[in-house]
Amino acid sequence: MDSIISIKNLFKSYESGFKALNDINLEIKRGEIFALLGPNGAGKTTLISIICGIVNPSQGTITADGHDVIRDYRAARSRIGLVPQELTTDAFESVWATVRFSRGLFGKAPNDAYLEKLLKQLSLWDKRNSKMRELSGGMKRRVMIAKALSHEPEILFLDEPTAGVDVELRRDMWEMVRELRERGVTILLTTHYIEEAEEMADRIGVINGGQIILVEEKTALMQKLGKKHLQVQLQQPITELPDSLQSFNLEQSKDGYSLTYSFDVKQEDNGIAALLEKLASANLHVKDLHSSESSLEEIFVNLVKS
Amino acid sequence: MNWYGMKAIYYFEMARTWRTLMQSIASPVLSTSLYFVVFGSAIGSRMGDIDGISYGAFIIPGLVMLSLLSQSISNASFGIFFPKFSGTIYEVLSAPVSPFEIVVGYVGAAATKSIVLGLITLATAKIFVDYTILHPLWMLAFLVLTSVTFSLFGFIIGIWADDFQKLQIIPLMIITPLTFLGGAFYSISMLPEPWQSLTLFNPVVYLISGFRWSFYGVADVSIGVSLAMTGLFLALCMAGTYWIFKTGYRLKS
Repeated sequence: MDSIISIKNLFKSYESGFKALNDINLEIKRGEIFALLGPNGAGKTTLISIICGIVNPSQGTITADGHDVIRDYRAARSRIGLVPQELTTDAFESVWATVRFSRGLFGKAPNDAYLEKLLKQLSLWDKRNSKMRELSGGMKRRVMIAKALSHEPEILFLDEPTAGVDVELRRDMWEMVRELRERGVTILLTTHYIEEAEEMADRIGVINGGQIILVEEKTALMQKLGKKHLQVQLQQPITELPDSLQSFNLEQSKDGYSLTYSFDVKQEDNGIAALLEKLASANLHVKDLHSSESSLEEIFVNLVKS
Repeated sequence: MNWYGMKAIYYFEMARTWRTLMQSIASPVLSTSLYFVVFGSAIGSRMGDIDGISYGAFIIPGLVMLSLLSQSISNASFGIFFPKFSGTIYEVLSAPVSPFEIVVGYVGAAATKSIVLGLITLATAKIFVDYTILHPLWMLAFLVLTSVTFSLFGFIIGIWADDFQKLQIIPLMIITPLTFLGGAFYSISMLPEPWQSLTLFNPVVYLISGFRWSFYGVADVSIGVSLAMTGLFLALCMAGTYWIFKTGYRLKS
């Protein structure tokens, strides 16, 4: 798959000396959903803002669909739609007027039929004559998405799309993002909600302190770094672990009925067979077994800490 | 050229004007009309002619200029300051529009409003004071040139201002005094020296003088100098705007 966005040796430092981005190299593949994960202040928004032309880079090159975002900014920008993190809207404009404005601004001829379809998709059609200030936060967020999609971009940036959004809208938005991907739109989303990346992304990039720490297929990442947990329910509670089980680093529940064994999915011999054997020889009877994988959140916290 | 983008900004700004009709058109027309009533009809009838023109008629070009300058600046500066303040500027900055197209959209709309305002003010003046326009085309040319130049100046102020106070300070503290002292209510030949010579450093003198010439054929300074000075100020504002977009001053970090 070819790259639709290509970032090479990108640096951004401010006059204060603060280095927001430090040698970013990143390729976003055409048609994928890429989640850029990172704590607050990691440089996610700065990176997006530079690609879109809102912030000047200090050094480095970026191309969008083969067009340099600075030298050939018209071609590059017309392919990108941006949904910023902040809900910044023209309070006194109607939904319809503001979406039409965005389409024109991006150099597209008016197409009211397309905009009507778009607003209907985003459940905004009934609100088309409402002023922006009359809308709820969730509705405003939908309008921001409609504005970003008004010029039919090939690349969509969603900067923290579900920050402060209720569960229903979050589900709707994920659904919409998937539909867009099916239509061939490439999506780059930044988030600090691991759940979001886990739910939607094809690939995940982790950024911290202005540096990309890792880029990986989501499934591969979870396999590579993920841990599995095996919970062993006992028929009788125990107060102390027998010496024969000490080497397994088991976690004992307070009531003494369950033991949790963590193991690396990468290891060929995960030690489960040995554990079960030792349990049997220690006369501990197993009532039930339950295994679970570690979430992206745990992976992420481990990465950022290290 | 992104015509649709330019048009979108222009129409967006014009829509704001129509939405705030009372504030943007009605109120400046009313306040200028009050000058016509007080200085033109009431006090003016007791004053002697200046350069052979009745006092009521003499002050019309200066008053229209006063309203044109302050409205051009305040409208254009607010037009770009507000998106910066509210954050909606992100969309313009991330759109495939060139600085030239952005300026034409914002400044064009502000200038259009000023021109409409100037024409309405002139029409209203006719109710209170009898006046003639000797060179209507020159009058229009000055009206357009001044509106564009000072809308561009307002655009620069709007970019420069990072709070509401700065937005107001130049129109109120500099432009209004310069206009009052620039011969809106008197001919500068009436001033004693050294004030007469000092006044020539006030750029507004040239605007008012040229504009008044297009009405009555009399001027404090020659029409060529008036045009050249207005052109010079326009060129300075264009250079300032070019520099803003070149460096991203107060627009991009």
